Amino acid sequence: MIYEVSTIAIVIFIIFVAAVLGLSFYFGRKAKSASGYYAAGGNIHWAVNGIAFAGDYLSAASFLGICGMIAFYGYDGFLYSIGYLAGWVVALFLVAEPLKRLGKYTFADALDAKFNSPGIKLTAAISTLVVSLFYLIPQMVGAGALVTPLLGFPHWVGVVLVGSIVILIVATAGMASTTYVQFIKGGLLIIFSFIVVIFVLNKGLTVKPGADYHEFKSMPAVVENGKIIGFADSTYKMVSQHDEKDMSFVKLEKEGIFSWWKVSTIENITILEEALSVVSTKDGKKLYNGAPKEDRKFFQVGHIKKLIYKGKEVTETGPVGPLAYIKTLEESQIVRFPSKSFVDADDKVTVYYQTVTSGKNIMKPGLYYKLDTEGSFWSRLDFLSLMLALFLGTSALPHILIRYYTVSSQKAARKSTIVAIAAIGFFYMLTLYMGTGAMVNGGLDVESSNMSAPLLAKTFGIVIFSIISAIAFATILGTVSGLIVAASGAVAHDLMDKYMNKQMSEKAKVKAGRISAVAVGLIAILLGIIFQKQNVNFLVGLAFAIAASANLPAIIMLLFWKRTTAKGISWAIVVGMVGALGLILLSPTMYEIYGLPADTAPIPIRNPGIVSIPMGFLTLVVVSLFTYKKKNMKAEVVSND
Amino acid sequence: MHHGPAVELEEDKAIAKKTRLGVILFFAYLIVYAGFVAIGMIFPHAMGMEVIGGQNIAVIYGMGLIVLAVVMGLIYNALCTKYENQMNKEEQK
Repeated sequence: MIYEVSTIAIVIFIIFVAAVLGLSFYFGRKAKSASGYYAAGGNIHWAVNGIAFAGDYLSAASFLGICGMIAFYGYDGFLYSIGYLAGWVVALFLVAEPLKRLGKYTFADALDAKFNSPGIKLTAAISTLVVSLFYLIPQMVGAGALVTPLLGFPHWVGVVLVGSIVILIVATAGMASTTYVQFIKGGLLIIFSFIVVIFVLNKGLTVKPGADYHEFKSMPAVVENGKIIGFADSTYKMVSQHDEKDMSFVKLEKEGIFSWWKVSTIENITILEEALSVVSTKDGKKLYNGAPKEDRKFFQVGHIKKLIYKGKEVTETGPVGPLAYIKTLEESQIVRFPSKSFVDADDKVTVYYQTVTSGKNIMKPGLYYKLDTEGSFWSRLDFLSLMLALFLGTSALPHILIRYYTVSSQKAARKSTIVAIAAIGFFYMLTLYMGTGAMVNGGLDVESSNMSAPLLAKTFGIVIFSIISAIAFATILGTVSGLIVAASGAVAHDLMDKYMNKQMSEKAKVKAGRISAVAVGLIAILLGIIFQKQNVNFLVGLAFAIAASANLPAIIMLLFWKRTTAKGISWAIVVGMVGALGLILLSPTMYEIYGLPADTAPIPIRNPGIVSIPMGFLTLVVVSLFTYKKKNMKAEVVSND
Repeated sequence: MHHGPAVELEEDKAIAKKTRLGVILFFAYLIVYAGFVAIGMIFPHAMGMEVIGGQNIAVIYGMGLIVLAVVMGLIYNALCTKYENQMNKEEQK
């Protein structure tokens, strides 16, 4: 899709980025010691830290990914909101205070506090790096997706832009600056998302989202032996018909413009319904609805087909309350735009066709994760795997765990977690309204599910769109900063300082951290460009699965099982991480990225957690039982390494 | 080599009691969360059933899980603070 670039949007964007950079440099001047760089000196107020937690956590995945997934698949996207929030329960009840007691700067410090084991230092550092990199990919993809409509740049420019700014922030600042950036950004994100939801509810529901919303055409057609032989509008000429297993499309021509239509049968009458199309021709051109991108024939979509309000069919509801909004959606019929790709006369065609879906099906799981009669054993297992990884992943994310070291006490760690749960929980409730709001208010760019929340805001005016987009961009800046601090800490503090035992001064440690930050940032930029087409939320789900598989067994068993040994922890991290990565690399998702048919992937599930998390726990238990010595446990475990 | 926390922490006599409470509350929430996942997997059609105020189980249960996390967090904090005040003060006396 092509977007109009607005001066207001650019000005607001520049102000936001400048403010973020200014704040970072201001606090960066204070980060002269290793404690200042990695843990903000341990003196952040718990309430500030709680909102900063929210800022860290409400990344591109939450704002762009979840809203996009809800806008495209309804309630299935909201499953992520539920799972992400539930994960904080594990963090609060099991991890927050004990981790605060054990750690110094990083997650590896906490794991290694009892053992002083080189094996733990090495494996925990590698795991931190891998999880942080996987989490960085969707942030970078989100950055690219945002910059396109905001500034008119191509995707890769957005990725390079955010990567460069963040490298600048982290390489010059550290944890104090990322904390305050996250605090401000987290707060603004929640406030402005709430404002967008108020707009959605105040507008209410309508069958025509806006005055300039595209009027989709349809016309009766005559069919013989499965082939279209005539249709009502004689200004169109039939060009070709493409039949799929369960549906047919026809290509029509009018005034030199080609368009694709879906063949539907409603009450025994065959009709042609206008669809959106992207065609890559054999001579290298890309046509959007039959014309070059610059002709702006491609448009945002998303509307209600049949609106039922208080038992009656209406064209608009007027302002509605939050409960009435959901109930009305459930009773109405909504048009979604799934896609179908095929080859027609050497042209690669992707058609986005209208599918009327009952609101009842939209407001319950099943459109993405097939759970009902359509669903197989594997799709149910995939759902279980996702919910498990989301529940257990939060408290194993290194960039979240390091935030426990920025506060002064265990009590402050606990209180900041509760502030985070309240703030994040409120935001996640809003995602249901923002996602469905985009779905019915023409907020969908069919080519990118990641743009639904900003495009919904755009339907309410350019100013709110610009502010929301700038906050989303700052969201990515903040999250990426936190991730890069965590990853650079793994390299400079865990690997160089602790594992390799290089005798570095405080200044040298900070310098090593900053050089590592630049290196990690550059890798993230590259990966962000490679994974451009993936939904950011789905990618974050994978990062959660790796974190839950590699780190969580180690954290939980260390805290709650006295027989845990250093070797048990190291092997659990390795097996959990390699297991999760291996399952991801052989999954249908990666096969799609490789350009291979998804159904040929050897692993039938997309989310690895259901296999790799138990693998991590089992490895820890088995290895610990073999290496545990009753007498003088600590000394024995050290010697085991 | 020092491996302790970034800041010096005061001694806390309530650790064992708080840990036990955390584990109990964790399992309580886990049961409710597992119930949601089980309905989705085993009885997916039930998710669409209306329960309260015209809202279906999916919406009520999903939103309920979010609210429950906040409520349980507040209860946990109140009880932990009470234990800390009681036990650490007793120690000081």
